[in-house]
Amino acid sequence: MIERKQDGEFVVISNGMLGYGFREQSLWDAVEAGVDLIAADAGSSDPGPYYLGSGKPFVGEAMTRRDLSLLVRAQVQAGVPLVIGSAGGAGGDAQVDGLVRILTDILADLGITRKIAVVRTELDKQVVQAALVNQRIQTFETGAPLAPADIDAASHIVAQMGCEAYWPALREAPDIIIGGRAWDVANIAALPLLKGYDRGLTLHMGKIVECGSLASRPTAGGDLIIGRLREDHFIVEPPNPERYCTVQSVAAHTFYEKTDPLMLAGPGGTVDLTHTRFEQIDPRRVKVTGSAFRKADRYTVKLEGARLAGYRALTIGGARDPNFIAHLDRIQADIVAKIRETQAGVVDPDSYSITFHRYGVDGVMGKWEPVKQPAHEVGLLIDVIGETPQIAEAVCGLARASVLHVGFPGRVATAGNIAFPFSPAEIEAGPVYEFNIYHLMEIDDPEGFGRTEWLQ
Amino acid sequence: MKVLSEIAEVIRSKNAGPFVVTFDVFFTDKAAFEAVRAAGLVTRQAVCERYNVGDNELLGFEFYPFANALKFSIKREVSAGGPRDADAYGAQQHAPLLDMPALP
Repeated sequence: MIERKQDGEFVVISNGMLGYGFREQSLWDAVEAGVDLIAADAGSSDPGPYYLGSGKPFVGEAMTRRDLSLLVRAQVQAGVPLVIGSAGGAGGDAQVDGLVRILTDILADLGITRKIAVVRTELDKQVVQAALVNQRIQTFETGAPLAPADIDAASHIVAQMGCEAYWPALREAPDIIIGGRAWDVANIAALPLLKGYDRGLTLHMGKIVECGSLASRPTAGGDLIIGRLREDHFIVEPPNPERYCTVQSVAAHTFYEKTDPLMLAGPGGTVDLTHTRFEQIDPRRVKVTGSAFRKADRYTVKLEGARLAGYRALTIGGARDPNFIAHLDRIQADIVAKIRETQAGVVDPDSYSITFHRYGVDGVMGKWEPVKQPAHEVGLLIDVIGETPQIAEAVCGLARASVLHVGFPGRVATAGNIAFPFSPAEIEAGPVYEFNIYHLMEIDDPEGFGRTEWLQ
Repeated sequence: MKVLSEIAEVIRSKNAGPFVVTFDVFFTDKAAFEAVRAAGLVTRQAVCERYNVGDNELLGFEFYPFANALKFSIKREVSAGGPRDADAYGAQQHAPLLDMPALP
């Protein structure tokens, strides 16, 4: 049983990833017990730069529709705001528009209207260029300073908004907010901060519950979680009676996808967990106290940008011949040299790259692989990225032919070196993007940072 | 001798943003955590050697008593999910820790 919401506490029910599916009964039980906010994170940079670069969502529409329609029905029943951040995965304008379209369809199906705000955080390149000129861009984990050419090259640039950027929309008592790229904590923490709850505790609770049931046991995802915020502590509680939180499951969650588990940096400052205490108050719930906010000298937001790196063609084959496997390094070098020679004067050698992923040797870990002994068979994935799809296809075709027939010491199987599972052996895989901006930008007006629009 | 997978309940790797992979080891209890820390086999230098990375590529190697955990991070050579990357989520870089000597 979920404890009924008490006076003076702020209760959030959180979904870790919109469209990954969650246990429906958890939602209805939480709403029945009383909530102040329904929050869902819809994004991450983890699936890679393709989604930001291309503007496509990384979760299929059918699953997004399933989760969103449940959350909308819960919003109607509870009468509290539903806040969804990082729409469509990357949170660019195209992904925001895609999620708004799905939401509009759902509301039409339900035959209801809602008061909906959209908070966009995709940035005009001129804004970023101006910030760069004004020395308001800080180098971060890339180790490389941002250059004007990086900004020009990016297909899209978004910023992870902080809590304050949700406030203009939240002050108008919305039913639903669709957010562009957002700090994952902000979707949860913006409303309780606006209501005056302690910043350190609010942000720390946001960090723990933003991944949904990941902070509970069993560790498998696919469920919701409740955060119960009070004046001087918060409580983490799974709505599903089969799940439970432990001091370990809650404390450990601040390690997840962060480099420093004691200092949670975000827009405007850092949550300091040095003096945080975790306490098991009953078999299923953990109480947290002592998390403190340290305000930063300058308010920064994290920029994310992705540029088009080219077009991909790839081929996959398997090698079983021990001599071939033993000479793989040399064979790769010979193949690349042969392609360079064959294409001389036809294809610019700088217009493509060839990468060999060698499964069974070091395909997963590359340079980090400590095991030097290859397996008895090796999967070879040859990845070609060209400036155009035609270049990629031509070079990949040559690579396929070369790897099949290349010579090496001790070669006795003169008919072919590789088992190709497919015909055709080459696969065209479309545009390839890469993150080329991951920097911090100082801003003056955190509340005015998002572009808030109201849907009719 | 005991290796990490015999005394830890979680050994994992994951992206911490597109340019860093972070590694977490959670020990089964305080005693196991303290024993590994005291044994001095799992060290910053030992991890660098195991992953063939320089000290300047390893970030924040630290034991955390509040969670009975060890955490460190490694800078990526190429960004997650871009050209030449082989592990977009960084989720399969933990394996060399499994059989890493941890107790004499």
